[in-house]
Order: sequence, then C-alpha cells, then structure tokens
Amino acid sequence: MKVGVVVFPGTNCDRDTKWAFEQIGAKADFIWHSEEKLDNYDLVVLPGGFSYGDYLRSGAIARFSPIMKAVSEFANKGGYVLGICNGFQILLESHLLPGAMTRNENLHFISKFHHLKVINNKNKFLQNLNIGDIINIPIAHAEGNYKVDEKTLKKMYDNGQIILKYCDKNGNDLNPNGSVDSIAGICNKNKNVFGLMPHPERAMQSILGGVDGVKMIESFIK
Amino acid sequence: MKIAVNVHLKKGVLDPQGKAVLHALNTLGFKNVENVRVGKQILLDIDTNDKEKAIKEAEKMADELLANPVIENYEIEVKE
Repeated sequence: MKVGVVVFPGTNCDRDTKWAFEQIGAKADFIWHSEEKLDNYDLVVLPGGFSYGDYLRSGAIARFSPIMKAVSEFANKGGYVLGICNGFQILLESHLLPGAMTRNENLHFISKFHHLKVINNKNKFLQNLNIGDIINIPIAHAEGNYKVDEKTLKKMYDNGQIILKYCDKNGNDLNPNGSVDSIAGICNKNKNVFGLMPHPERAMQSILGGVDGVKMIESFIK
Repeated sequence: MKIAVNVHLKKGVLDPQGKAVLHALNTLGFKNVENVRVGKQILLDIDTNDKEKAIKEAEKMADELLANPVIENYEIEVKE
C-alpha cells in the first residue's frame, strides 16, 4: 500500500503520520504542498498541524495550495482521503466534507486522551471496529467545535456519514469542545473522504499511551 | 480604494470569544452589556476608482475566501 502524506507550511504531524503508516507496513511519501500532481496513491492523508499559521480560518489558506486541486480530483474520482485534525479542517474548507469548524466552546486548546464511540463502521476507515466500540485516542486542537446546518446533519445521519462521537469511558455523552451532537469524525456521502479531530497516529504504541489508533491506520490496507 | 469586509459568525452560531469578552466586561463593571459578538475586519486596498467594481470584487473575495458561508456572514463597507 502506498500512502501520500501532504505537507503544508506549518504542518507538524507529518512525520508521526508517515511513521504510523510505516509501522503497519505501508510505504509512505511526503508530498510538498506546491506539487500539482499526485502519484498513484492508495490513500492521501492531510495530517495535523497549523497549515499557514491557521491564518484567517483553520484550513482556509491551505485549501488554495496547488496540491489541493489534485487532492480534490483524486477524491472526486473515488480515491481515499483522510484528514486528521488540521487536515479535517482543510477538507471542510475545501468542501470535500460538509460543515465548518469554530473555536472550542471553552476557548482552550485541548490536548489529552479522549474516549470516542464508533457510530458507524460501514466504511473503509472504521471497518475493523464495531458499532458502539469505545476507543481512547488523543485530541489536540483549539478549533474542533464542528458545526453543520440541521438539514445537512440529518442527511449525514441517514447516509451513515457520522462515524465517531466524543464520549466518556463508559460511552456516555462527554463533549470536550461544543461540537454539534459531540461529533468527532465524519465522512462524505461516497465514503471515500474521512475527517476526524482525534489523532490515531498518536495511539500506535502502548508506550505512547495506547494502541487504539492501529485499527484505524490499518483499515486502508488492501 | 479602501474597502472593509466585516466578517461575523452567523446568528445562532455560538461565539465563544464573544462570550468570554462579555464575561470580562461584566466583571469590569460594565453590567449593562448583555451580549457581545466578536468578528473580524479585513481591510482591502484595491487599485481602482470604480466603487461598484471594487464592491463586486470584494464580494467575490468574501464568497471565495474571506468568509466561510457555513458559519459566517459578511458585509462590505466602502472606507474611502
């Protein structure tokens, strides 16, 4: 499996992400944001960080990077795209995923392990997990307060696009950032573009606090 | 021509910054402040004397980049 990890100026999770995919036996390349073409990748990942210093809005400037045109074309042809944290924000700004991010309700940058509940697993990304599974994965963001209009939200539920929600260790609702319905991760209608605020690439080894990211990172392997 | 694009979160979208500022103002003694919304102003210096054209261009900029229509509204103001 060949994974492309896009690097924007200000991206800072690129190396962790590449390393995570290499851990499960994938070949991973960095793709600099000024590239205009994508090689034959099985998966393109937009990693976390602060692309373009998060100026204007998180992800708003990265959207106009030359590589994003290629990423959009790749996604529209059915290619798998995963956006983690800032990558998720970029996918929202690029309209590859519905909705938008606002500041965390409590205004704090939140950096800690947080429990998540699997809401839908009928997609490539969560196929190795079961509905209702509770996993523990780090979050690290100031703008994870996901917003989407009610009509779109309903459609997303109907299509199985709401895939991960924040919860406590028993699966009860626990919302760290004010996100609508405690949503932590979504996908597009065609289920080939995924976005989540938590960082599965930071939960790959027990020495780092947990291994719950492995099943997600592995899911794209053919 | 100087054009200002004022961007605000839409009514109904919670503005955590506004809430924090409101709290601080109340603490400072400005008890009669009931609501605060924090937005941003983007000042554009556009090389044209055609006011209509400048406004049209600023609208296009706001739609494509300066505001996110999912959560934000904007208004355009001609400064000079």
